Order: sequence, then structure tokens, then C-alpha cells
Amino acid sequence: MAVLFLVDSVKGQVKKNSFEAASYASKLAGKLGTEAVGLALGSVESSELAALGEYGAAKVLLASDASLDAFDSGVYASVIAQAAQTAGADVIVLSQSTTGKAVAPRLSVKLKAGLVSGAVALPDTSNGFVVKKGAFSGKAFAYVSIDTPIKIVGVTPNAFGVEKTDGSAAVESISVSIPASGVKVLEVNRQQSDTLPLPEAELVVSAGRGLKGPENWGIIEDLAGVLGATTACSRPVADVGWRPHHEHVGQTGVAIRPNLYFAIGISGAIQHLAGVNQSKVIVVINKDPEAPFFKAADYGIVGDAFDVVPKLTEALKKFKAAQ
Amino acid sequence: MKFLVCISLVPDTTTKISFVDNDTKFNNDKVQWILNPYDEWYALVRALELKEANGGTVTVVNVGGAANDQVIRKALAIGADDAIRIDGSDELDSFAVAANISAVAKEGGYDVVLTGKETISYNGSNIGGMIAELMDAPYVSYANKLEMSGSTATVSREIEGGKEIVEVSVPFVLSAAKGMAEQRIPNMKGIMQAKTKPLKVVPASVTSGYTSSVKFELPPPKAAVKLVDADNVDQLVELLHNEAKAI
Repeated sequence: MAVLFLVDSVKGQVKKNSFEAASYASKLAGKLGTEAVGLALGSVESSELAALGEYGAAKVLLASDASLDAFDSGVYASVIAQAAQTAGADVIVLSQSTTGKAVAPRLSVKLKAGLVSGAVALPDTSNGFVVKKGAFSGKAFAYVSIDTPIKIVGVTPNAFGVEKTDGSAAVESISVSIPASGVKVLEVNRQQSDTLPLPEAELVVSAGRGLKGPENWGIIEDLAGVLGATTACSRPVADVGWRPHHEHVGQTGVAIRPNLYFAIGISGAIQHLAGVNQSKVIVVINKDPEAPFFKAADYGIVGDAFDVVPKLTEALKKFKAAQ
Repeated sequence: MKFLVCISLVPDTTTKISFVDNDTKFNNDKVQWILNPYDEWYALVRALELKEANGGTVTVVNVGGAANDQVIRKALAIGADDAIRIDGSDELDSFAVAANISAVAKEGGYDVVLTGKETISYNGSNIGGMIAELMDAPYVSYANKLEMSGSTATVSREIEGGKEIVEVSVPFVLSAAKGMAEQRIPNMKGIMQAKTKPLKVVPASVTSGYTSSVKFELPPPKAAVKLVDADNVDQLVELLHNEAKAI
């Protein structure tokens, strides 16, 4: 028995959502009276993997074959299935990154294991194995029972949080057989950035058409900069090319769940809300007091973004300096 | 090239969500059902564009009851050649749905199976990957561009903070995201033709899955917004720090 979690990595570095997967897996392992075991694929730093012990992992298995640096859901599912067998895992936890979302369903079929994706809390194991998940694009929750001996849980990024303790995980190399890949990766193009990518970011500053043009995004970047937040935007802004598409949050874009979401000059159409309504705290700045977004907000300022945002940035600078 | 597009029915985006029978069932009353936007706007329309450019056929497949037929006809009106409805319960889980569709896909010898990136109802993003594994075929998720040259496809897919470009050969499965195509509104000719296009009903071959729905819950109602004066941004900082504990 063990709870196996997948370690997501980029260029050898462990991603933040893996800390959350480790926290989730170790809490769940505690409930089930077993241990959490990580699985990392490809060229990942051993020291980074040992640090997963700080999030409760007892050990981390490393399948270090360099061919695993390129992502193919079929190959990953095969390797994870082999590792699950090695670890004797009966629960597998994956963060719902683009990697986790692509692999989990394949793994479900391979292991004949029920999958619940979009989990927002630990399963209730008092009578079976029931997972709470987001449904109807953030408008409700569903409780779903996994009825198979092996169970797979896909955890929504930022839904569970990260819990840091002391500890170091033993890193163990495993040898796996790697099947031929049907996917040839031609190019990987990641924006260089100092901030966490959406949807892992805990702080997000987002702006919309109220900014009037891409040349005005300086005040948004300044506000994000002082908070260490990731920038995002509404659909119309991405559609006209003011901002890159990967910044678009909302129903057709990225769904996010940060601790704090600033919506500046965004009216709050239902499709936008569907992607952000699970944010823990929402601040809306809009000059139109009738903007529907105020109904979904925790805090609001009715005012002109060009006036309010620079003042807010200054106030936050003072606050940060005093901390 | 034979395209199979999986279409799901979902409540219209503006639907007020509620539940009945002790919160164990979705309340269907007064709900307008639509094609899942990702299935319709992106997966279906891109398949149609590729068929128009290079030839082939586009079949849509849905799992559900007879009440779905009316919405399935909309996919035919947009341009699909024919439709298959796998006559199964609306309560099948994602594995059972994928197993039924993969059986149809294998039997029909489809080259490309497309789904939307997720449904807006259950947001699972499960079906595409499951079908791929059942067909033992490559799977490309969150695709925002698809070009085909003969039996080879070049696909751009979304990843965190960027994109990845991959190459796959048929048969393969793909989940479609924004960027793939633009929504098409059916015209009168399409709507007329849809009435006589074939909509074949086949029995479900798989009737149970791996998971079962227990109950639903609505989030607690949101408290009213706290408004802060535009000249008093320090108060907002104070509230975010002391009250919301968000900074």
C-alpha cells in the first residue's frame, strides 16, 4: 500500500504544483495509514527531489531516462503504471496541470482505476472513497465515489494548498521499460518569467478592455511586480492581441484559483467569472459601479484604473517596506 | 480522412445550477441544453475545415438518450455528415462514455477522434485521454492548432506559460481548445439538410464505469462586496492584509 504522486518538472526543476501534490498525497497517506511516494520522470535534480520530504514524501522514485524529458501522455502513463506496481500504490495523485490532465485518463484505463479529476479536498474515506470536485465551471461541487481497487485523484492547482514541515525524502532510481512514443515533440516554447505560471499562481493581477490599449499595461505590470503576482487578462484583450493568449483567464482560457485575484477594467461577463470564481479573494477595480463583477467580488473600488492602480501600487510598496 | 467528433450536451452557460432529490440529481427543469462549446466551436469546426480542404467525412458521436437528438441535429446543421447516438444513460461515468465511444471509433476505422478540452458541466477533461488509451493511439490534449498533411498532423498544444508543437500520425485523439477554429452559426440550408442527414442510434456496449455520483453541493453564497473609496487605497491594503489575510 502507498499513495503515489507524480512530480511535475520543467527543465530539471520541480514545479510548485508538485509540492501541493506531495502535501495532498502525504495527508491522504496519513489517513490511510501508509506513506506518500513521489515519482519523477526524466532529468530532474536529486536534491530537488529530496526536498519533497519537506512536504511529507517518504521517498521519491526517479525514472531518469532522458527520453522522458519530452512529454507523451502514452509513455508517461506506461511508466507511471510500472512505478505504481513497484511502489505497491493503490492511490495515485496527480496535479491537474496540462501534464496531469493528459496522463490521468490514460492511466485510469491502463490500471482499470476510477479517476476523479478536479479534486478540491481530501477524499472522505470513512465509508468508501468519496472525492469532492468542482463542477459546472465553478458554480457547484460534486461528490464522486471511486469504486475500483486502485484510485486516481487529479487535484486542482491551489485548491488544497502546500504544507511544509521538516524532512527529506530518500531518492531511489527505478528502471522502467519505455514504450515507443507516437508523439514527436518538435518545439517547446515557454515564456521566460520570474513569476509562477497560471494556474499555479497564488496572486494574479488581471486587466481587461478598460485599460484601453496594450501600451497602458505598465501600471498592471507595476502592481503585479510589487506583489510578485502573475499577470492575466480577459478574453477580448487576448483576442485583439493586446496580451498573449496564455494570459487569458476565463471559461475558454485558463481556469484559475489563486488566493487573491485583482480584476481591473473587466466587466465580469459570466464566461470570465467561470474561470476565476473559485479565487479565494477577489478585488474589482472598475469605473462602472454597475459592472456585474462587483457582485462576485469581496472588495471593490469604483474608480478609474489609471488613477486608482498607481495609487494602490504605491500603497502596497509602503506596506511591503514596512513589513 | 475520417473524422469522429465527440459531442457532449451541457446546460447553457447562463443556467442557474440547482439540484433535486436531496441534492443527488441535477435539476433539469427549464434547462436549455447546448452542445458543449469546446466540442462545437473548436473540435467540430476544425474537423469540418480540414474535410473541406482535403476531403473526407465528419461524423459526430454522442452518448445519451433520445432527448439529445434535437441538439445533435445542430451539429449536423453546422456541417457534420452524419451522427451516431450511443443510446446510454445520462449518468454513465467518463470511463463508460469513453469505452462506448472507443468501440464505435475502432469499428468505424476513424483516423482522427476529436473532443473539446473539457465539458463545461463536469470539467473533467477525461474522455479524450481515455479513448486514446482504449484505442492504443497517441493523444494530444489542449490543442490550439491542427494542420494535416496526408496522414501526419502538426499540432500546437497549450502548456503552462507557453506552447508545445508536436507531430503525430493517424489514428490519433486530440482535445481541442481555443484558437483551433472559430464558432460557426448554422445557416438555413444547413438546418434544412440536417433534418435528413443520418442519425444512427446504437445500443451502449458498456453500461457501468469506475466511479459513481454521490451528491452535489452549491458553494456558500458570497457576502456583499465591501467597497473602498478610490481616494483611500490604504484601507484596501489594510483589509487585504488584516481581514482577508491575502497579502
